[in-house]
Amino acid sequence: MSKHVVVIGGGVAGLEVAGQLSKAGIEVSVIEKEINTGGHLNNWYRLFPDRRDSSEVKEYLDGMTHNHGINLLTNTTIEVFKRNTSHFLITTNGGKELTADAIIIATGFDLFKSSRKEEYGYGIYDNVITSVDLEKMFRKGKIALTNQTVPETIGIIHCVGSRDEKVGNFYCSKLCCVTAVKQAIEIREFLPDSKVFCFYMDMRMGGAFYEELYREAQEKWGVNFIRGKVSEASETIENKLLIKVEDTLAGRPLKMKLDMLVLMAGMEMSEDGEKIAGIVGLKTGENRFFAATDNLIGSNRSNIDGVFYAGSCTAPMNIPETISHARAAVVEVIDYLNDGIR
Amino acid sequence: MILEGKKAIWNDYQKEIADDKYYYVRSCVRQNFFPGSETAFLKIMREELKKEVYEHPCHTSCTGIGYHSDIVPVETTMTVVARQFAIMTEAGYENLVPSCITSFGLYTEILDTWHHFPEVEKKIRLQLKKATGREFKKPKNLAHASDVIYKFRKEIAAKAKYKLINKKTGEPLKVVDHIGCHYAKMFPSKGVGGAEYPYVLAGMIEEWGGKIIDYPERRHCCGFGFRQYLVQANRGFSIACSKEKFESMEPFKPDMIITNCPGCPMFLDRWQYVINEMEGKRYGQNGEGIPVFTYEEVAGLVLGYDPWELGLQMHQTDCEPVLDKIGVDYSPEDKYNLEIIPSFSEKHNLINV
Repeated sequence: MSKHVVVIGGGVAGLEVAGQLSKAGIEVSVIEKEINTGGHLNNWYRLFPDRRDSSEVKEYLDGMTHNHGINLLTNTTIEVFKRNTSHFLITTNGGKELTADAIIIATGFDLFKSSRKEEYGYGIYDNVITSVDLEKMFRKGKIALTNQTVPETIGIIHCVGSRDEKVGNFYCSKLCCVTAVKQAIEIREFLPDSKVFCFYMDMRMGGAFYEELYREAQEKWGVNFIRGKVSEASETIENKLLIKVEDTLAGRPLKMKLDMLVLMAGMEMSEDGEKIAGIVGLKTGENRFFAATDNLIGSNRSNIDGVFYAGSCTAPMNIPETISHARAAVVEVIDYLNDGIR
Repeated sequence: MILEGKKAIWNDYQKEIADDKYYYVRSCVRQNFFPGSETAFLKIMREELKKEVYEHPCHTSCTGIGYHSDIVPVETTMTVVARQFAIMTEAGYENLVPSCITSFGLYTEILDTWHHFPEVEKKIRLQLKKATGREFKKPKNLAHASDVIYKFRKEIAAKAKYKLINKKTGEPLKVVDHIGCHYAKMFPSKGVGGAEYPYVLAGMIEEWGGKIIDYPERRHCCGFGFRQYLVQANRGFSIACSKEKFESMEPFKPDMIITNCPGCPMFLDRWQYVINEMEGKRYGQNGEGIPVFTYEEVAGLVLGYDPWELGLQMHQTDCEPVLDKIGVDYSPEDKYNLEIIPSFSEKHNLINV
């Protein structure tokens, strides 16, 4: 008799897991809270480091799920979670009951709510936007201020909600630096006459081809990188944004007027993930993401036998890492289903 | 600027403010700087709002200025503050209302320290007991006096004789609010509206008819910042801070400045005079300065109190432009009539001990 696995979350990790499990002959149901699958991928225009259109990755993931007869439950959340001796019993918000031999948690992350960094004025000053807002502008093919004019000077603030004790996030979100570099290049492509300034604490270009992209941003696109954390933004009478920052390389404070300020929002444990942790009884770590039982050789394993993790619900990850983590989760699940332990 | 965004933040930072039976502690310096303000607070609370406000003659300095200037060690400061709590306890009150922002910040800081380090509280209790034989309860409610006026801003508006509206044009007066650094910058959750977009004074201004100006250097220190001023060699830095603020607010054409700190109105008021003497520069309209007020003075004006009873003649930057815009009925020839001020507290029977 075929085994049944329930995957919670229909983003990159969830869809990859579902597709791979299905290919291996396992019956799979995916529970996704939104109407559409794809998660944060749906908000992105092009992906670093090679600037591939995000729709191509989405297409691949959709192909995985559509071609393998996966039971896709969108607009669905979990209300009740129980375990008997050998199965998990799940009741959804629609009253549907599912019986599963194993569970994979792939609830992903939430973007840090930039309005929590009150000093940057997101939601208060007109032309303070987030990296996601900018991606939407890229997708529309137009970067514009609220008065529909074209910005000439644009600032990008790194580490918004990451490595920040004040908001309770000590960890690095890993992707914001390279997102800033990618977006800075794209701004210069869209607006060749613009000036772009990136304000960073450290440039953490740890992924494949990230450093090359960083070099290209400076040499080819003339993006200015200033090492220093912006302390505050405010609005001038001309509706420009005045920022204060310490240039720590020059060793002096700096004030600058900008037309637009882009906040590189970090990654946080998703609110839905937190709810599921409560419902299922899963442990979370100091960073509030799901805690794996072993950070070196068991990053897919949870504190409950038969419940596994895939992707950025455990820590910030880029897409290749998420795909790899999802595939590792598949191996763990198959192993578990075969011998019934883990 | 998106007001809804600010409102969302204001909602996140609401604090509990006691409704009655206040133990009011005065500032060391305010009676010299703006002598009518604390008296106006008492008059408003007791006569207009019919609230119980008690002052104790044994209250001393909290040592805040000395503490922030590294002159008084923190344990000494805590023991002095413990004594303040003790005399409040002995008087039978538990809702502490400091007039001074630095005292408010210091009390908040000490209560927070004791919360996180109970062994420190235990030590201070022992030291106080040994030194004075006193014991104390911690305040049940700690609110700055501006929090209390904020709480009753609608009641004050209901009794108002004037509004912060230009009588000739019908337009709201444009008001710069300047919040003392020690109000919420150290503990944002303890201030109405938080640290980045404080609402405590903005709420009063809105309620009384004015319009708040959000200008770039709104968060900047007034220039008092103890080390900037107490060290004589640093005073150039003090005036430079104030100047930076004036230059930033000038394009918005403010009619007035409202403050809630002992030092801020002093420095924003006096340095305008000095800058004019040094550079011949004034930042207000029609070649005038920008009048600077305490929140009690503004509340008193709105309620129709005599400007000279409020002590507005003690301002170095003339306040008459604002009085004229509001349409306050006042007597210019009484501006320096010294018989008015001494009579104020006696006339209103504001001395409780």
